[in-house]
Amino acid sequence: MGALYNILIDPFVQMGTAPDLFVQTLWEGLVGGMLYALIALGFVLIFKASGVFNFAQGIMVVFAALTLVGFHSVGVPAFLALALAIAVMFVLAWVVERAVLRPLVNQPDIILFMATFGITYFLIGFGEFVFGGDPKVMITDDLYLPKGSITYKAFGGIVSLQKLDIAAATIASIMVAGLAVFFSKTRIGRALRAVADSHSAALSVGISLEQIWVIVWFAAGLVALVTGIFWGARSDVSFALDVIALKALPVLILGGFTSIPGAIVGGLIIGVGEKLWEFYWGPLIGGGTDAWFAYVIALVFLLFRPQGLFGEKIIERV
Amino acid sequence: MRAPGGPEVAVGDVLLAVENVSLSFGGVKAVSDVSFDIRKGEIRAIIGPNGAGKTSMLNIINGFYQPQQGRITFKGEARAKMRPHEAATGGIARTFQNVALFRGMTALDNIMAGRTLKMHSNFFWQLLRYGPAMREEVEHRHRVEEIIDFLKIQEIRRVPVGRLPYGLQKRVELGRALAMEPELLLLDEPMAGMNLEEKEDMSRFVLDANDYYGTTIALIEHDMGVVMDLSDRVVVLDHGIKIADGTPEEVKGNQAVIDAYLGVAH
Repeated sequence: MGALYNILIDPFVQMGTAPDLFVQTLWEGLVGGMLYALIALGFVLIFKASGVFNFAQGIMVVFAALTLVGFHSVGVPAFLALALAIAVMFVLAWVVERAVLRPLVNQPDIILFMATFGITYFLIGFGEFVFGGDPKVMITDDLYLPKGSITYKAFGGIVSLQKLDIAAATIASIMVAGLAVFFSKTRIGRALRAVADSHSAALSVGISLEQIWVIVWFAAGLVALVTGIFWGARSDVSFALDVIALKALPVLILGGFTSIPGAIVGGLIIGVGEKLWEFYWGPLIGGGTDAWFAYVIALVFLLFRPQGLFGEKIIERV
Repeated sequence: MRAPGGPEVAVGDVLLAVENVSLSFGGVKAVSDVSFDIRKGEIRAIIGPNGAGKTSMLNIINGFYQPQQGRITFKGEARAKMRPHEAATGGIARTFQNVALFRGMTALDNIMAGRTLKMHSNFFWQLLRYGPAMREEVEHRHRVEEIIDFLKIQEIRRVPVGRLPYGLQKRVELGRALAMEPELLLLDEPMAGMNLEEKEDMSRFVLDANDYYGTTIALIEHDMGVVMDLSDRVVVLDHGIKIADGTPEEVKGNQAVIDAYLGVAH
């Protein structure tokens, strides 16, 4: 009875008696979830347009952030470094299309997937060669990102919100809204969705697959850069981020591989769920739950709703 | 409309000429040494039993396949290797045997996608969705609405095409091809799987597209009635070889064609 009470009742009692802690945990979960969502968004962009599961998305986050910090460390002014980092992401997209996607066109998905492993290890090696392997500090001050926190007296206690997190949430929302409009309302956006739906039909109306691939990889690179800046600002810029980026996988299973809203909502659910579980249920089993919580949720989803929350329903026509 | 006494033969210049074209996949010859031409303004049918190489022929014309031998001249220019989007740029549009639409997109967006090549505003304006990009969007929307009216699909323009019945999907696909304002329109079995009424509607659209827009059309079709009614000239393929070429009347009486369809031993 005691154990059941601890698992099923006590956490909710705690939430009720200390709402300030609950809100604080919720907020932390949302912020973490937003970063998962951004990484997942990068995956979705590329998966939608080319059917390639881009294993390199995580390392692209690291690489983008390293490039930014790297340029700054050799004396380039912060915003120029930002522009240069954007340019580097474009070059990366172009090179990936030329050197990897184009020669492998029409190959089975698994081949392309393996090729993105290649890209991953290339970027790790190349990144370490150019920037060195030691962690770097994100140039938050030079980019005029806010510091410190806002503290509210609310919910019978104190809730404190990091200004950086608020800025990250704002910028991420603007970026996602912009992408959504771009995707639904413009010629290039339409072409992107067209390629996602049918390669041959897209070709027949004169859409160049090569051009579209460069654009999606570039878009994913931009998303990676923004993710890298904010994630780097919260911890530091190091290759360890790459492992955390794998958290995007359960996010995608939750949200559906082809859905942008799915990536966002999935990211937030995983982020919030992870934090709440760790805070309220973690102590019962000795903590450290955020290493596996997301994957268990993903497993449950695979059993009961394999297409995810927003994925297209899988109908097999015979 | 064409006179019931037999379709008039178009006498335009040659728009596309296929000369001695061969294509094989490994050891299988899909098309061998086929030559024919398509003249400006005509409706040209390509017919033949299953596996005759008709779809392969269309795929060669719009650049999906590269023939190993032979030459293709389009608008007076012989071309070497051509990629599909280059064919589209040059003015060749097509539909597919098994309907290849952008299933998640609405009918309107599908047809707008056909305008891709006509729209030129750059990435930057697109991103902002402002200025030239916005003007362009509005202008092309007008043309697309005309096509939607022409095909009488006004009431379904906001429906994702994946949810439409097959006959309407075929119509949207035709709309997307027409939106490209092609000089040459390739239709791969535009009436396959349709009932009589749908076939009549589709025949009407094909004839009207030919009359109003002056589009040259090459079509693959199995329904002989449709072929005889619509086409100005017919080329007949069997096992990748051209066995007849001429007006529907000529082809109908050709012994090789009758044999091919009825399965006489070769």
